[in-house]
Amino acid sequence: MSPKTLYDKIWDAHIAHEAEDGTTLLYIDRHLVHEVTSAQAFEGLRMTGRKVHAPDKTIAVPDHNVPTTAGREDPSQMTEESRIQVAALDTNAKEFGVHYYPVSDVRQGIVHIVGPEQGWTLPGMTVVCGDSHTATHGAFGALAHGIGTSEVEHVLATQTLIQKKSKNMKVEITGKLKPGVTAKDITLAVIGETGTGGGTGYVIEYTGEAIRDLSMEGRMTVCNMAIEGGARAGLIAPDQTTYDYVNGRPHAPKGAQWEAALNWWKTLFTDEGAHFDKVVTLKGEDIAPVVTWGTSPEDVLPISGVVPHPSDFEGGKVDAAARSIEYMGLTAGQKLTDIEIDTVFIGSCTNGRIEDLRAVAEVVEGKKIKDGMRAMIVPGSGLVRAQAEEEGLAKIFEDAGFEWRLAGCSMCLAMNPDQLSEGERCASTSNRNFEGRQGYKGRTHLVSPGMAAAAALTGRLTDVRELI
Amino acid sequence: MEKFEKLTGIAAPMPLVNIDTDMIIPKVFLKSIARTGFGKNLFDEMRFNRDGSEIPDFVLNKPQYRKTEILVAGDNFGCGSSREHAPWAIADFGIKCVVSTSFADIFFNNCFKNGILPIVLPQEQVDLLMADAEKGENARMTVDLEAQEITTSDGDVISFEVDAFKKHCLLEGLDDIGLTMEKKSSIDAFEAQASQARPWV
Repeated sequence: MSPKTLYDKIWDAHIAHEAEDGTTLLYIDRHLVHEVTSAQAFEGLRMTGRKVHAPDKTIAVPDHNVPTTAGREDPSQMTEESRIQVAALDTNAKEFGVHYYPVSDVRQGIVHIVGPEQGWTLPGMTVVCGDSHTATHGAFGALAHGIGTSEVEHVLATQTLIQKKSKNMKVEITGKLKPGVTAKDITLAVIGETGTGGGTGYVIEYTGEAIRDLSMEGRMTVCNMAIEGGARAGLIAPDQTTYDYVNGRPHAPKGAQWEAALNWWKTLFTDEGAHFDKVVTLKGEDIAPVVTWGTSPEDVLPISGVVPHPSDFEGGKVDAAARSIEYMGLTAGQKLTDIEIDTVFIGSCTNGRIEDLRAVAEVVEGKKIKDGMRAMIVPGSGLVRAQAEEEGLAKIFEDAGFEWRLAGCSMCLAMNPDQLSEGERCASTSNRNFEGRQGYKGRTHLVSPGMAAAAALTGRLTDVRELI
Repeated sequence: MEKFEKLTGIAAPMPLVNIDTDMIIPKVFLKSIARTGFGKNLFDEMRFNRDGSEIPDFVLNKPQYRKTEILVAGDNFGCGSSREHAPWAIADFGIKCVVSTSFADIFFNNCFKNGILPIVLPQEQVDLLMADAEKGENARMTVDLEAQEITTSDGDVISFEVDAFKKHCLLEGLDDIGLTMEKKSSIDAFEAQASQARPWV
């Protein structure tokens, strides 16, 4: 048998039907659902008299629209349209009998944080969701990617997706990371290297010592942004770190089933000599804390850098860079550490897990955020929030002057009331710095949690290594 | 789904690279639970001022491009979110074909589900079509899906590739779910086998 990549193995284990031209019906093990991209799909089922094929494999949670302030059960905290979307998910979850975590449930949170936390996401699975950051679940060695609403309807009705196989790409991060450098810096540095289209047509497997050394939280951060590099999915082969994280979670297998699962999971690695169509290698020790200066996630520089000049680029990127610099209100040649920040957002499916909050606490403990700074911390789930309170992190945040919020997507995409105003500038642990992403004419610099915390203290983009 | 066979229409140039889904349809417009009505907010923040007035420089606001049916765009069009609201807005505006050197994966798939044909071409050919589109309403291109050819306003013919299955579905306006349900026995057989092999799933 010819050697296979991890992606090949998961793909092969989920082929329900393959046509001669390679068009495949790929079986889906877990379908995650949220309120923004599912209403039209459920409506489609209703109109055609179809049912949800596998409600037991379908998990719904509202996250994009929900307010993150206390008293959010009060519907007046949401706009009319948001209320309608969340209410539609309530109704659809009940009517079609899928697993559901409503806003009132302590387990509610961002769908990509809830799935792993509850043990829904397991190695070797296929996982989809009407959300591009489904890539997050690849950290478990699960083939996980975002789909559109028509595909959501297709998966609801048939538990399969019509797919053509992607190519294999390997991203290797060798050696060790330096202190103050995190999973977020890895994933941004990779996008800086490959560009936002560099992964188009590929599934990425992240390998190398620096990846192996990461916790599951860090691995989720890396895979989360595979989509920003254009890849269909990101994968990390499961190992003891993965098994330890999964073991004992509510929906993880138990007893004899656990042993059987473990036996299969241990076969999920790329065989010696398997072929990759593209390989990118970075040295862990070369990666510095990074920050984005522009309006594309590929606009990445080490914090020690300066704002580039459009003429530093080629082709269509020249105009795009000029547009970005103007939108961001920057000047070519300006030092990144001279850029003043008025808002800090810590949270999202990229960096809303417990380890991220611990990294923030490490920087801000016993200190105060800069006067006039708006800084909010939005835990990724109700359980992350509870754990942070139990560990005393919430007290550290509040003493430092941060707002300590309830779980949701919040200012990552600003569909709820958490938004930037025109011209506001935010150091954000989220995943996209697109124009208007965090609010109309708002300006976003993507950073790691520690870097966001450092910016909150100093009021400008700051090298976190100066503060730890 | 509406069929796509042959289209002759005005092409608009949008050479900017990395046009993302937040640009195509900002999130404030994602709150509808319908699939229609998004066209009026297509490219909203590029197309309109905050007070709702038009930004005259934006290509689709120019008189010669108001009835655009084909978009010639910069590299990596549709990157970002999985929101199908992006192709819904494009289709609702009346655009049925987008040409670029590359598309983001999810957006590309979403187009085919909505009767939109995304065409990938090499840089030189996109440049040629971009120059043609710059001619305004005189740039009426023809996109023939059956023949897999684009004819420029000057009569130049450019061939393009398209996945055979996706082409078939677009030409016939087929409903994917209906097609898949015809393979129900394969899905049932897979489930029976998988529940033995991986009972914990």
